[in-house]
Amino acid sequence: MISLNVNGKNYRVNVSDDMPLLWVIRDYLKLTGTKYGCGIGECGACTVHIDGKAERSCSIPAKQAQGKKIITIEGLPENHPVKRAWIQEQVVQCGYCQPGIMMQVASLLSESRNPNPEKIISAMDDVICRCGTHPRIKKGIRKAVQLMRKEGK
Amino acid sequence: MTMNPTLSRRSFMKMAGLTIGVSLTPFGYSLVNASGQKEGSFKPSVWFEIAPNNKITMTMGPSEMGQGTHTALGMVIADELEADWKQVRIHQGPASAAFKNPVFDDQITVGSASVRGFYEPLRKAGAAGRVMLVKAAAQTWKVPEEECTPSKGAVIHKKTNRKLTYGQLCLKAAKLDLPKDPPLKKEEEFRYIGKPMARVDIPEKVAGKAIYGLDVKVQDMLYGTIARPPAYGAKPVSFDQKAAEGVRGVQKVVPTPQGIIVCAESLDAAWKGRDALKAQWDKGSHPDMNNDSIEKHFIEGLDKPGVVAKNVGDAKKALSEASKKIEATYFVPFVAHATMEPMNCTAHVQKDRCDVWVSTQAQILSQIFASQISGLPMDKIHIHTTFLGCGLGRRGSFPDFVVEAVGASKAVGKPVKVVWSREEDIKYDFYRAATCQRIQAGLDSQGNVIGWSHKVACSSILKFLNPEWITKEGVDFFSLWGIVDAPIPPVYSHTAYEFPNFYVEQYLSDLPIPVCPWRSVQNAPNAFVMECFMDELAYAVGKDPVAFRLPLFKNNMRARRVLETVAEKAGWGKAMSKGKGRGIAQHSCFGSYVAQVADVSVNAGNGTVKVERIVAAVDCGPAVNPDTVKAQIEGGIIEGLSASLKEEINFSNGGVQSANFNDYHIIRMSEIPEIEVHIVKSNEAIGGIGEVGVPPAAPAVANAVFNATGARIRRLPLTPQTVLAAIKSNKT
Repeated sequence: MISLNVNGKNYRVNVSDDMPLLWVIRDYLKLTGTKYGCGIGECGACTVHIDGKAERSCSIPAKQAQGKKIITIEGLPENHPVKRAWIQEQVVQCGYCQPGIMMQVASLLSESRNPNPEKIISAMDDVICRCGTHPRIKKGIRKAVQLMRKEGK
Repeated sequence: MTMNPTLSRRSFMKMAGLTIGVSLTPFGYSLVNASGQKEGSFKPSVWFEIAPNNKITMTMGPSEMGQGTHTALGMVIADELEADWKQVRIHQGPASAAFKNPVFDDQITVGSASVRGFYEPLRKAGAAGRVMLVKAAAQTWKVPEEECTPSKGAVIHKKTNRKLTYGQLCLKAAKLDLPKDPPLKKEEEFRYIGKPMARVDIPEKVAGKAIYGLDVKVQDMLYGTIARPPAYGAKPVSFDQKAAEGVRGVQKVVPTPQGIIVCAESLDAAWKGRDALKAQWDKGSHPDMNNDSIEKHFIEGLDKPGVVAKNVGDAKKALSEASKKIEATYFVPFVAHATMEPMNCTAHVQKDRCDVWVSTQAQILSQIFASQISGLPMDKIHIHTTFLGCGLGRRGSFPDFVVEAVGASKAVGKPVKVVWSREEDIKYDFYRAATCQRIQAGLDSQGNVIGWSHKVACSSILKFLNPEWITKEGVDFFSLWGIVDAPIPPVYSHTAYEFPNFYVEQYLSDLPIPVCPWRSVQNAPNAFVMECFMDELAYAVGKDPVAFRLPLFKNNMRARRVLETVAEKAGWGKAMSKGKGRGIAQHSCFGSYVAQVADVSVNAGNGTVKVERIVAAVDCGPAVNPDTVKAQIEGGIIEGLSASLKEEINFSNGGVQSANFNDYHIIRMSEIPEIEVHIVKSNEAIGGIGEVGVPPAAPAVANAVFNATGARIRRLPLTPQTVLAAIKSNKT
């Protein structure tokens, strides 16, 4: 039995000790916004926040996340600057990788309120988007920074 | 693009017994008032329905994979209907003959054809609804129709300052006859078409609530995975069924012709069960096949007898009389689709029905295969299309994932969701076809091309997609798009170049590596060859690449205009600093015209190419949603760059060696150039947009590398090793 705190809710699931957090979140907690892309931490589609940091849920056994605060895309508030910026800048195409990408960005912006271009590129180099939304991801980040500044967040 | 179904189209139509809103005839399409009107609403076509609560529900036939089709088609209907966008709700429709795209006579989202195929029919359908609503208002008020004005979801009678919403009018309108030829709006009357609109699917995608195939949940569902052979043609020698069945959560192990299916309570358990099988396989049909043998196979194909695909004038004679002769050989390897959502499908086969939940580009094709595997008739197969985590053509070709899920569900008697791992997705893809091509061109003393002889050795897309479309003589025109026009329907290749003596011969490879369309089909590899070679010719006769091409487009104003536009916007002709280069390429396909200029910097020491900027000009006729047009061109360029800078499937021991994103590299943020997209205002016929950004990207970059280094890149991908080798061979 594994106990997890996801999006502020406590869950207990009966799974094998080595089951990756990704599959527990998706198949047992039914939070399917977090995606499977590669299973080896290369693409970032499975990115969630664990104690505030962006982590690849495909590569972390659920057991290791016990006692920590896990936030998935569903737990990122609807009015979060990244979510609003993504809509305003029409970043998304197929959208499959975007929850992971948005979680990566949200974590980046929580560490640095106005990351420089090098920092943005280095953080976003760790994720893959096959549709080619990269120019708009950059725009989305700039917009989210603006929104945060305007609202004093 | 049907997969040679055993069930004929005609018998399907009969069995399905469907209502048709936009019906195809040999002369085009006609509008039909949908039969079986739902009580209490107005459904002027199967595509949309107006309810008394003033909501307009639109049902879309094509799949939404990020190309913005649902929004664009919704805009087209809403505009002509004169609806208020706020009252519109859009959802995905089922598999139905009523949704067949006029371009293909099939419900299939491929060939950049959704807006292209439905633009006119849906304008007419929307206009028909508007005319009927106005008539209903005029009858209600007992005033002439001419005094009634439709405006944003209501009809207004200005004289008496009265107004009725479409919701109030819909029941009365439903009883009226459908007008045969409703008048369309003039361009200046458009309310939505041509204006950037926010996509309707983005909010739920941002919220993480959009459902893709991988997210489907059905009660009592099992997860299925398949042990697949490591080499082409390999058969299982042994496997430990007991060990797999002993894994916690595994419910059933079923050997099938597709491989050994393991069904379990969770995907994790299914994968562990599959590994526990420890399946052993024989060496397969081509045990010695590897990268080198494959490249050699295609190069040797150039000297093997082929089939003549085009023969105008006498190219041989023209070449012998030319004052200058240029020859070059190019190679483009296999690349994977690698959609971010790996292949998957959920199926539930019951005694009297079969439900299939799938992210597919091909609803009817899925239905046909589900029918064959389940043994149930077509009208008992219910296809539920989810959002697609990208399609790129893989989800519009052979639906192996549907075959597997239906087969698994039939075998275990429960709903089964088959999920491919990333490794399976890359190793068992139907790849973009590899090709090796040799061109000999002859130029006269003024630098005009007088003879062109072209040999194409390539994989055959049609062999895997629909062998019936290979011509009697044996030509696969799908693999020649962008070089010659395909004389078979559906025609979506418009070759920009015509030469007085033009010979093209094709040799089709017999390798077992399966291929299928990959965003723009063979337009991209073929444009790489054509546009790089045109650049070679321009430099060979000392002409500017733009000036060299323009006279060739004297009968092709659209190609000419995008080339001129992109040259102007990119500042073509300005000198570049040392180590930097600028290249240009153009290509037309799917009814649209695109030209691109690439700026690169090359590190001649280590062969690294950095693409700094791409400027693109596109003429797609009317741009329904200009923001989507831009997004699609941006995405097409980036995917074109990814394939041309990084991607190549590696083979060893008769199978695929590449497996995941750590050895099959996709372009990443640090490699993305600045991108500028210019839409050329055009009233020409509407063209596609999803794929047309891809083809010019690779040749524009390769030509820019030449401009920077003097070295010709004739092989993709443009890795540092390839670039270094080209620079080295240029020096010797």
